[in-house]
Amino acid sequence: MKPVDFDYSAAETVDEALTQLSGADVKVMSGGQSLGPMLNLRLVRPSALVGLAATAALRRIEDASGAVTVGAAVRHAEFEDGKVPDPAGGMMQYVARGIAHRAVRTRGTIGGSLAHADPAADWVTTLTTLDAVLTLRGAAGSRDVPMTGFMQGAFTTALRDGEIIESIRIPKRSESVRWGYYKICRKVGEFAEAIGALVVDPGQRYCRVVMGATDGAPVVLDDFSRRLAAEGAAALSGLADTVRATLPDANPVSLRQHEVALRRAIQQVYPS
Amino acid sequence: MAKDGIGARVIRKEDERHLHGRGRFVSDIAMPGLSDVAFRRSAVAHGRIRGITKPAGLEDRVFTAADLTGVNPILANSGIPGFKTSNYPALATDKVRFVGECIAMCIAPTRAEAEDVAEAVGLDIEELPAVVDSLDARRPDSPLVHDEWGDNLFLTTAVNGDIDDLAKTAPVKVSRELNTGRQCMHPMEGKGVLAYWDFQAGQLVVYTSTQVPHMIRTGLSETLGLDQAKIRVIPPDVGGGFGYKCVLQPEEICVAWLAMTRRRPFRWIEDRREHLTAGANSREHHYKLTAYADERGRLLGLDAEVTVSVGAYSVWPFTACLEAAQAGGNLPGPYDFRVYRCKTFSVATNKPPFTPYRGVARPGVCFAIELMIDAIAREVGRDPMDVRAENLVQAAQMPYTNVTGKHYDSGDYPESLRMAAGLIDVAGVRKRQASGEPDGRRIGVGFSTFTEQSAHGTKVFASWGIPLVPGYEQATVRLTPDGSLEIRAGIHTIGQGLETTLSQVAVEELGIAFDAVRVTLGDTASTPYSTGAYASRGMVMAGGAVSRASIELARRIRRIAAHLMQCSEDSVELKDGAIYSGKASISFADVGKAWYLRPEQLPDNVDTMGLEVTEGYKPKVDSGVFTYSTHAAVVAVDEDTGQVELLDYAVVDDCGRMVNPMIVDGQLIGGAVQGIGTALFEESPYDVHGQPLASTLQDYTLPGAFEVPRMKMGHIESPSPYSAHGMKGVGEGGAIAPPGAIVNAINDALKDRGVELTRIPATPERILEALIRAEEKTASEAVA
Ligand SMILES: Cc1cc2nc3c(=O)[nH]c(=O)nc-3n(C[C@H](O)[C@H](O)[C@H](O)COP(=O)(O)OP(=O)(O)OC[C@H]3O[C@@H](n4cnc5c(N)ncnc54)[C@H](O)[C@@H]3O)c2cc1C
Repeated sequence: MKPVDFDYSAAETVDEALTQLSGADVKVMSGGQSLGPMLNLRLVRPSALVGLAATAALRRIEDASGAVTVGAAVRHAEFEDGKVPDPAGGMMQYVARGIAHRAVRTRGTIGGSLAHADPAADWVTTLTTLDAVLTLRGAAGSRDVPMTGFMQGAFTTALRDGEIIESIRIPKRSESVRWGYYKICRKVGEFAEAIGALVVDPGQRYCRVVMGATDGAPVVLDDFSRRLAAEGAAALSGLADTVRATLPDANPVSLRQHEVALRRAIQQVYPS
Repeated sequence: MAKDGIGARVIRKEDERHLHGRGRFVSDIAMPGLSDVAFRRSAVAHGRIRGITKPAGLEDRVFTAADLTGVNPILANSGIPGFKTSNYPALATDKVRFVGECIAMCIAPTRAEAEDVAEAVGLDIEELPAVVDSLDARRPDSPLVHDEWGDNLFLTTAVNGDIDDLAKTAPVKVSRELNTGRQCMHPMEGKGVLAYWDFQAGQLVVYTSTQVPHMIRTGLSETLGLDQAKIRVIPPDVGGGFGYKCVLQPEEICVAWLAMTRRRPFRWIEDRREHLTAGANSREHHYKLTAYADERGRLLGLDAEVTVSVGAYSVWPFTACLEAAQAGGNLPGPYDFRVYRCKTFSVATNKPPFTPYRGVARPGVCFAIELMIDAIAREVGRDPMDVRAENLVQAAQMPYTNVTGKHYDSGDYPESLRMAAGLIDVAGVRKRQASGEPDGRRIGVGFSTFTEQSAHGTKVFASWGIPLVPGYEQATVRLTPDGSLEIRAGIHTIGQGLETTLSQVAVEELGIAFDAVRVTLGDTASTPYSTGAYASRGMVMAGGAVSRASIELARRIRRIAAHLMQCSEDSVELKDGAIYSGKASISFADVGKAWYLRPEQLPDNVDTMGLEVTEGYKPKVDSGVFTYSTHAAVVAVDEDTGQVELLDYAVVDDCGRMVNPMIVDGQLIGGAVQGIGTALFEESPYDVHGQPLASTLQDYTLPGAFEVPRMKMGHIESPSPYSAHGMKGVGEGGAIAPPGAIVNAINDALKDRGVELTRIPATPERILEALIRAEEKTASEAVA
């Protein structure tokens, strides 16, 4: 379980990273917490790796009036430790605390997690729920892609060849924001079997319920979100049907897990 | 009790180096010119090798079976009639029989480069249908793992109790099918071996991470055709074994062969992926059971069929039949009943060869019989604890010979159950259960009681027809000129603290200071032959041998001391780190110095045997001393998710005289954690093609700190009448009971839901699936 032979260099600037990334079979490495195992299993066989973990521009944290913007190389532990300003009622700090265990969180980064796009990971679902927008940067310049359009399937994203995630902009919610997050997993520190997440902000007339850890990208339950905003806990009666209709191919156990994760998340906001 | 002697909670001698990271494991050994070995392993479960191509230019870095001329396959035959032979080649010859089987050995200066070479080896393998499920494997139309056998049965055995009459008359009949998952053992340190040629000694030196160094020397000698005197096996620090390291591994033969033929150092260090795939070699049983009982749930008889998915080959020296022999023999457990019929099937499958894992078969049989006891109790409408207590062999019946002829030597089994119930406050739990949990989860309580044959010796192993039968265990003790004590024993310490506990035994017999004792274990060049560390035998056997040798050394010390102090031998006492006669005292150093350096002080008729003693030992009755134990679990089951939380857990154990109660607790807790893994988490599933589905630790879930409750410990000390100091084994027991206790607790929690789990690990998915099925059944009944 040793990787193939490869070169490594740490990029000091984003431009430097992009230049190196133009080479054949070059990959970027951020925290290495997903890439490392894939290298060791030789599922990834790069000729060179470009390190982003210490690239200053990717470590920036900005607190502007409408949004908090974090560089791709901000680590899970920094969210957990409250070093990132809070855009939405403490949700990100809470979620960060439940990712893996501390050793992984001290290295793993938000950008790496999003780029990896594991359906069972926490940030893809959380940032979909928070309606975050990613800034992607390539040789041709940068573009903004909302989280809802970024993850296209399991381990598949809108990133083009030679492009990296530069930063993630998370809209700030109002004082009235409430959120729920429930992750069903085998044991502490494991990836999810099912995730239920929601953000409700009456002040901004925002309500989004998301089903995570499916076979693909997190699913925004639009109709159900509208009903929930209108009816509150009463909407729960239609939850099982919503889940079944959204996951027509899922087995009964998986359906139940998703339903329960969503119900428990919703009950954090609307105790019934 | 001597200070720091038997019964003291002495801090372990081993801990200092391990806590400072100064232990020395195989992979810590550096050597000039060392080459790393990587294996090209089979990616298919079953196939015929049509060709192996060495990569161009790298021919001298790749070795296949064709290169290993003169190397014999691993041959581990049982003497039990009907046993079928498997030739387990170090590198595959005509066929591959499991994913992970070694095909080619590749060498390079580093492991990464060796893996590059291994990848480049060309393989032409015709894939054959795989034998995956052990029940399917028994069918006449199954593909064959070993073509020449005609079926897939290593061995079948039968105990033919007269169950048919009972079946006609017994008021209560309970039948169940039960399954236990296949597992890996996951010692923190995987396997590892480093070998080189020592020109000065004229020896092949093999550092290997093993529990059984002397047996490995014997095994290497047989497979390599090299005299045992030309082989030295040294076990360095070993980071856990659990049985995985008590058999001769193909990789050990390969690396030793390289060093023997190339006269250079080579090493292979197992990685987790190799362990997870090629090492998934334990625990997988299937049970078909029918129990007969009276109206109160008193067990009258048991009819059993046990199928073990043994994997592709018979391992040396424990063979492919140990598991089933243990299963058939131990299934009746701690219970008093007299009618037993049991058929066992040791089935060859296209999976890694079964290796005895901590508890050997007994976690499975304990799970099986304990679930049956609870099922009977539910059937007759009584509390499982009461039914269990009534069925246990009672203290007044001791010693008791059970229906399979196992001789239970001592103890009070029902008392262990009562104590465990007290530790978890079963009455309180029942009350809490009746009032319901605020969070809606369901509470359940479960027990599991077992006996554990430990340190079973010559007669038992001979009856299993195993190639190496343990006899007298030997130990050497030697007083040095400065009055310190050296202990040498051929057994090895693999984490169980033998350096400490063997010292405590010597301290007890010799009154010498604990810090004055040094222990050397396992090195075949300096220790007496031992079959090694397995079967919970270390303390009883090596401890007994150290006791014997120390008693004899004490006699010799007293003679010299009597002469030096000019007193009678009878008046000499060894205690508190010195030698006394009345008020007069001398030191151990005085005696050592007199013998080695100042012999002119000694009389002419001095005992010429000196101050070094080797003694052999086995218990008076060598069919094993029986430890017993009850575990109690309180669980909360979340019916919506199938998640199980262990709210409380108690272990009550009787391993006879405890040499070091702290180490006993450590063994029990560590074992119980592994048992929790067996009960709830760990499994190596296979698909229909024999592909292992858990090849990383993401897929194979081990219990972590969060999943393990603080355990409550209770002890009974009933000394065995047969062993030195009444000691019984304790190394394995902790791992045996958790699946029974935990699944009984889950079933107790879910009994009103019409759910009964019969398969481990009891994962949330399995629990949820059972609950959903029960819901659907209720719904359809309501409609009807
Ligand atoms: C034991 C363990 C448990 C875990 N449990 C969880 C869990 O419970 N929940 C969870 O969400 N995650 C979990 N993870 C994953 C962890 O969160 C990783 O940190 C994360 O998925 C990847 O982040 P990274 O910075 O380590 O990325 P890396 O491993 O460095 O990279 C991952 C991938 O993203 C690419 N990449 C990295 N940065 C960028 C960028 N800026 N732009 C474009 N591409 C980029 C890399 O090329 C690579 O393909 C676990 C990991 C481990 C090892």
